[in-house]
Amino acid sequence: MIDKTVETVAGALSGVADGATFLLGGFGAVGQATHLIEGILETGIKDLTVVANNAGYGQVGLARLLKEGRIRKLICSYPRIVGSTVFEELYRAGRIELELVPQGTLAERMRAAGAGVPAFYTPTGVGTRLAAGKEVRHFNGRDCVLEEALSGDVALIEAWKADRWGNLTYRAAGRNFNPVCAMAARMTIAQTQHLEPLGALDPETIVTPGIFVDRVVHIEYGSPRL
Amino acid sequence: MDTRTWTPLSRREIAARIASDIPNGWYVNLGIGVPTLVADEVPEGREVVFHAENGLLGIGPAPADADIDPWLINAGKQYVTLHPGGSYFHHADSFAMIRGGHLDLCVLGAYQVAENGDIANWATSENDTAPAVGGAMDLSVGTRRVWVAMNHLTREGEPRLVRDCTYPLTAQASVDRIYTDLAVIDVTPRGFVVAEMIAGMTLEQLQALTGATLHMPEA
Repeated sequence: MIDKTVETVAGALSGVADGATFLLGGFGAVGQATHLIEGILETGIKDLTVVANNAGYGQVGLARLLKEGRIRKLICSYPRIVGSTVFEELYRAGRIELELVPQGTLAERMRAAGAGVPAFYTPTGVGTRLAAGKEVRHFNGRDCVLEEALSGDVALIEAWKADRWGNLTYRAAGRNFNPVCAMAARMTIAQTQHLEPLGALDPETIVTPGIFVDRVVHIEYGSPRL
Repeated sequence: MDTRTWTPLSRREIAARIASDIPNGWYVNLGIGVPTLVADEVPEGREVVFHAENGLLGIGPAPADADIDPWLINAGKQYVTLHPGGSYFHHADSFAMIRGGHLDLCVLGAYQVAENGDIANWATSENDTAPAVGGAMDLSVGTRRVWVAMNHLTREGEPRLVRDCTYPLTAQASVDRIYTDLAVIDVTPRGFVVAEMIAGMTLEQLQALTGATLHMPEA
């Protein structure tokens, strides 16, 4: 029998190590696996690289990890949102490395990693400082920049419903980066609002098939807050 | 004494002017600020499908407080509603719509637009504190048309329509049309071409407020 469910956040995160690259789903607070992200604090690991669209807000989740000095490098498209004060202070003080990536390139680099594509060309970013030093080639009349796939050691994602095979559904705008992170990491851990018996999820509605998911932890925490 | 013979358009008037140019059936992404207001100004009888980077097509009007769905936000992280016929998708598909040329239009704010269509809208200096780019570069390069909504001048009175952008570029030669509080200007192989000016404005007056040569449409 296949059973990917684990009882606790600590169990879900067992085996994660110093220096790991984490892919975090979520867009702002919506669809962010806050309990798993905060669980990293308890594990004591450090020197992490984190890939996420935003840089956390307030004093929860990613902002807490940043504040505790666990993150060495952030790969991100939009670190500057209202309330993202912890990151802003670290960045000003030169205490964190930032790799800024256009949002579509960030998503595509992870999708490529999940699909076995090591690199791709895109016109996004050509002629801007985000393409500085990158190889440029001409396709169909346009300059395009070479971007490399971005994989992670661990993805932390949030689902709406899951089953013990790791099949996942999402809720509304909570989908965002979650399915993309799920396919791009060597180990994908999902926290889910609802755990359903095998067969209860309509196969037509499963967005992330269980093949992309390694561990599932059931955390019914309610609605995200902006 | 203010001797101006014109009254600049308000933010909402700029948005309405833009909305009046969007045909029925277009798929459109709206940036933050004035562009967001365009959604409320679509003329009666037209269906325009609005897209958000975070995985929504068919965004409806903002909800009343009592009807807020905490799972339903747009790319500006504001609460929204979904129009009947709307759909959800993940980020890679969302940016395939943008980068694959499937969107008819994006409307963006900008700091500067150059006469060749270069756009600068994400950072105000080379060493900006914690710069944030989001989807601006993908949208500027990927959608079929790029329209910019911005004031004609900065707060300090400097022209935003320029010969060359001095702020860091978002994308090269990508803007098709600019809607300001004073005029509508097309970006063409000749440079800036004035399509429309607000009442009371002359070409000479507008030229004095613009950092590159303005042309009139060829007869």
